[in-house]
Amino acid sequence: MADPMRIRAQAAGDKATVRVLMSHEMETGQRKDSAGKTIPAWFIQEVSAQHNGKPVLDAQWGPAVSKNPFLLFVVKGAKAGDKITVTWVDNKGDKRTDEATVS
Amino acid sequence: MRPLFIVGASVSVLACMPALAQKSAADGIAEYRKMLEDGNPADLYEAKGEALWKQRRGPKNASLEACDLGKGPGVVKGAFVELPRYFPDTGQVQDLEARLVSCMATLQGLNATEIVNTPFGRGEQNNVTALATYVAAASRGMRFNLPQSHAQEQRMYEIGKRVFYFRGGPYDFSCASCHGEDGKRIRLQDLPNLSKNPGDGVGFAAWPAYRVSNGQMWGMQLRLNDCYRQQRFPYPGFGSEATIAVSVYMGVNAKGAESIAPSIKR
Repeated sequence: MADPMRIRAQAAGDKATVRVLMSHEMETGQRKDSAGKTIPAWFIQEVSAQHNGKPVLDAQWGPAVSKNPFLLFVVKGAKAGDKITVTWVDNKGDKRTDEATVS
Repeated sequence: MRPLFIVGASVSVLACMPALAQKSAADGIAEYRKMLEDGNPADLYEAKGEALWKQRRGPKNASLEACDLGKGPGVVKGAFVELPRYFPDTGQVQDLEARLVSCMATLQGLNATEIVNTPFGRGEQNNVTALATYVAAASRGMRFNLPQSHAQEQRMYEIGKRVFYFRGGPYDFSCASCHGEDGKRIRLQDLPNLSKNPGDGVGFAAWPAYRVSNGQMWGMQLRLNDCYRQQRFPYPGFGSEATIAVSVYMGVNAKGAESIAPSIKR
């Protein structure tokens, strides 16, 4: 199973800034290992975020995104105590969902 | 007229270039690090290390929560800024990573020799790095204060000083060749002067660190291993007396410096 994400969500005024750090290898499929064999592509393909169960972000990612990706976005209308849920799905079908409370 | 003009032009270029280049290089890197700090992937290793610390593992199915890092069994906070130190149970001066391996062997029943011989970045070595990141993070913002009361600790400091100044290898390099003076750099990387206190969050006070360029988390043992590679020395063994002695030397010199580990490096 994939390692957990780190999600921080901080409210300021009528919006909240969400910072997400994901743990993922993000292999492009272009690299070769020490034996000269191509390392198969393995990357996050879909990212979605929900604010109290309501979708607020939907992204499609590719192999150009770095290893251990960092994502920052702003949610309008989010206030302290609200729940932010982030989910990613990679090209192998592996997925991970984590939740954070806005502070 | 014409030659004079050329001389004048080249002088003005020479006069303004070095100051401009120095300022922008160091500032540019500082700015880049600042941006990356917001999402330092070292946090992920810290979380992994914390889970590993509490998880029951190994043949003895035990967690590391009873591990004595120098401040009593299970005390993590503040342990990092007092390591390496002498441990009576093993009769050795040990750094953080060597001590973690000792705990993994005695508490969890894992094979210490096997871990020591595992290359960096593989198997249990990854777990040692994650654990070191977790332990270091618990002392973030605290100041280095290595104990020097035991005779073994004083001996290791003296050995470390000799190792630091020992020249050898095909390049006839020592640690001091690059880290013995102020204001040195390799390409655009400023090198800390480790023969004295280099200041807060520099040198010994910055590792373990996440290397953005290769996406790896490095502990002090791997940092030193790579320093020796760059000097074209033979690789020192993991947790060897030489690497721990150099760590004692750097740690004692850094007394009072603030730890920012786990940090982020380009």
